[in-house]
Amino acid sequence: MALFIAFLALAPFALSEFYVTLMNYIGLATLVTLGLVLLTGVAGLMSFGQQVFVGFGAYATAVLTIQYGASPWLGLGAGLAFTAAAALGLGLITVRLSGHYLPISTIAWGLAFYFAFGNLDFLGRYDGLQGVPAISLFGWKLESGRGSYALIWVATLAALLAAHNLLDSRSGRAIRTLRFRATMAESFGVDTARLKLIVFLYAALLASLSGWLYAHFLHFVSPGAFNVNIGIEYLFMAVVGGASQVWGAVIGASLLTLLKEWLKDILPRFFEQSGNYEAIVFGLLMLSLLHRARDGLMPVLARLGRAHRRIPAKVATANPLPRRPGPPAGEPLLALAGVQKNFGGLAAVRALSFEMRGGAILGLIGPNGAGKSTVFNLVTGVLRAGAGEVRFRGARIDALPARRIARLGIARTFQHVNLVGGMSVLENVALGAHLRGAKGTLQAMLRLDREEERRLLHEAARQVERVGLAAHVQEAAASLALGQQRLVEVARALAADPVLLLLDEPAAGLRFQEKQALAALLQRLRAEGTSILLVEHDMDFVMGLVDRLVVMDFGEKIAEGLPREIQANPLVIEAYLGGIE
Amino acid sequence: MNADIFLWLAQDGVTNGAIYALLALALLLVFAVTRVIFVPQGEFITFAALSLSMLEAGRVPGTIYILAIGGLAAAAIEGFGAARSRAWRRLPRIAALYVVLPLAVALLVAWAAPRKPDQWLQVLLVLAMVVPLGPIVYRVAYQPLASASVLVLFIASMAVHYVLVGLSLVFFGGEGLRSSPFWDARFKLGVLEVSAQSLWVLAASLVLIVALWLLFEHTIYGKALRATAINRVGARLVGIPTALTGQLSFLLAAFIGAVSGILIAPITTLYYDTGFIIGLKGFVGAILGGMASYPLAALGALGVGLLESFSSFWASAYKETIVFGLIVPVLVWLSLRSRHVEEEEERE
Repeated sequence: MALFIAFLALAPFALSEFYVTLMNYIGLATLVTLGLVLLTGVAGLMSFGQQVFVGFGAYATAVLTIQYGASPWLGLGAGLAFTAAAALGLGLITVRLSGHYLPISTIAWGLAFYFAFGNLDFLGRYDGLQGVPAISLFGWKLESGRGSYALIWVATLAALLAAHNLLDSRSGRAIRTLRFRATMAESFGVDTARLKLIVFLYAALLASLSGWLYAHFLHFVSPGAFNVNIGIEYLFMAVVGGASQVWGAVIGASLLTLLKEWLKDILPRFFEQSGNYEAIVFGLLMLSLLHRARDGLMPVLARLGRAHRRIPAKVATANPLPRRPGPPAGEPLLALAGVQKNFGGLAAVRALSFEMRGGAILGLIGPNGAGKSTVFNLVTGVLRAGAGEVRFRGARIDALPARRIARLGIARTFQHVNLVGGMSVLENVALGAHLRGAKGTLQAMLRLDREEERRLLHEAARQVERVGLAAHVQEAAASLALGQQRLVEVARALAADPVLLLLDEPAAGLRFQEKQALAALLQRLRAEGTSILLVEHDMDFVMGLVDRLVVMDFGEKIAEGLPREIQANPLVIEAYLGGIE
Repeated sequence: MNADIFLWLAQDGVTNGAIYALLALALLLVFAVTRVIFVPQGEFITFAALSLSMLEAGRVPGTIYILAIGGLAAAAIEGFGAARSRAWRRLPRIAALYVVLPLAVALLVAWAAPRKPDQWLQVLLVLAMVVPLGPIVYRVAYQPLASASVLVLFIASMAVHYVLVGLSLVFFGGEGLRSSPFWDARFKLGVLEVSAQSLWVLAASLVLIVALWLLFEHTIYGKALRATAINRVGARLVGIPTALTGQLSFLLAAFIGAVSGILIAPITTLYYDTGFIIGLKGFVGAILGGMASYPLAALGALGVGLLESFSSFWASAYKETIVFGLIVPVLVWLSLRSRHVEEEEERE
């Protein structure tokens, strides 16, 4: 890192003009690729249309400076504003659609704008616009390649730093769930659609900035620089570098820019015909990369460098976060009335009614397929009931989206562990406290969120310790045993400071001592006023813990009562052991 | 605009639209069976159209080299796999399928090309060259990624597109070609003068669509394809080899691409990279149909053809911008219609 910056600082003095120009191209490509890393690698939205935003930035400044004699800075502002408006429009439409629509539509608008650039008179048609002036900075004209170099790389480094800061923040953690875990994130109050739009916007603005720098560095803008192939190459760069790593953008952009230059130089010597040989090599390279190292080169490099892994930082102490006042014990908390859910012809939940009161642990049991997890999904808004009412503290919640329900103080764990595998245990748990922070993406990029961030992480660390995983706090969540991952889920739910905690088989995969520790923790929580709705198969665990039980079979409630009563209930025994026909 | 021009534009639009409809069907088929967004479909069009034009001129089309190279690459991958699992008995079959067959086709074409065979023989030669490329491309590029996510497969598609367009430039050069029509006649149909070529295109498209429908409804292979499209894991559990259904869907896609190329070759001048844009118009049609329904996709593709034809009359320079810009309002509609989009979450 320090070496890299030292290299960048010395490069313009040590390298020839040719290589400085090449470095400029690398910087410009890095900006666009960085946006794609966030967009594709981290958030899972794939775009082959970034070159369009580069074009907006370049053409905006070219038109304003050449035809209206405006300052390049005005050009920058106009380019960014126009890009933002266009990206918002395109983003609002497409980021809501499922996976493959976005890449297809990016190709389509890439073609649409390429032909528009090439046919509009005031953009100089296919000839483009000549004579974009150089940028003046403090009366110093950035005329040569070396002049642009400083500006390009300062901008690139700033963007890299901002992206790095962003990913290491409250919003960043939420963004990192988008690709694989969006449903889970919604359950903790993350507005995933809005975040996707923000990432899309940031990527577009970076591309636009790159376009502005490009226009003033080359003094010339033409549609050829913004054709669909360029957009594809940007994505290749992101994939080569490792699409989920910020620094992968530098690696991918450098490698492919250099490789392209080198291939253009060397390949024509082998073939007499002219041809676009580097495209063939690029395509083959991408294919073999996808076949062999799908995550790109950055993880490979990281593995090589694992020897000097940094020692996990100790979580700084901070003021504890304020807690939500809980309801008094005995207050009606959650009430289901006639709730119905069908999947096609299958009634997963049939006319289900039950009630639970504050400060209690209610067990929800039943054989596999009885509909218990569906009830969880209905209560937390992941699924919507076909009929019936769900009330929480008197107010109806059955029509609310998951993230609004999370705001009311309901937190849950998932039956199938739903953690972001690549994030540390601490970060995963901190995601649970998402709604207890307020700092947004911009504050995160500028590091104005540190006080809040310390408090969130401190709270997360406290919850990790509570479930007995303090020794693993900095490990990647995916490296833990399944039982421990379930405990991480519990800690994450606790970090939300819930009034009502929904636990879906938290004890599955735990050893005996671990189960005892978990039971003790749940009892402590109840004493503190947190109510718990528990789905669990381990009857010893359930019977010793819960205040009341609801038993389900084939989507219906077949019994309700104290554990003692349930154990003696013939209907329950039949459901579990099978009747004698 | 008078009625003559209107009818002429409509005829032009329907003709192109029929070709886009064919492509849209192939793209949907490949997507349903393999989850591949098959962008390189356009290159099959290019290969077929340019090969036909070159055969007509008595030249040996570069497609034979692409076929031979692809065959050897697939043979190398298969052979390497067989050698690793010491399944030597598979080698003769691999050699026959991926080396002997492509080379035989290549030699046949090289022998026949200077002799200027009949037009229908040229068409057969083009099919023999282009159709095997489908399974070969699947074997080389996609089969190793069969379990990957839609997005990874999409990147693979762009990579394949890059390679094939690069090869296309190498073997066909930068010149634009157009073949002569199959049948030069024109018919008077009231005020409308219909070219025989348009009728050809419409008839061929209809026949193919019906044939595809018969294939899906009435043959065991069609049923296997449908089963894979509905549930991959389930299909594998009941013994349908998903690698085979993948190759089969690519074979059909290549066939449809080749036929489209043959049909479009006399209508439009094609360059080495024109197929990409033609194929994408098929995609716009498929998206108009919501990427799910075959009849809607065909209708959408017809709409694309008509829009293109009429916008070329009013705003010729912006024809492509209008057609590809069309996708934006369609997506608005799709996103409004699907109130709650169940995310297809990628697997980690």
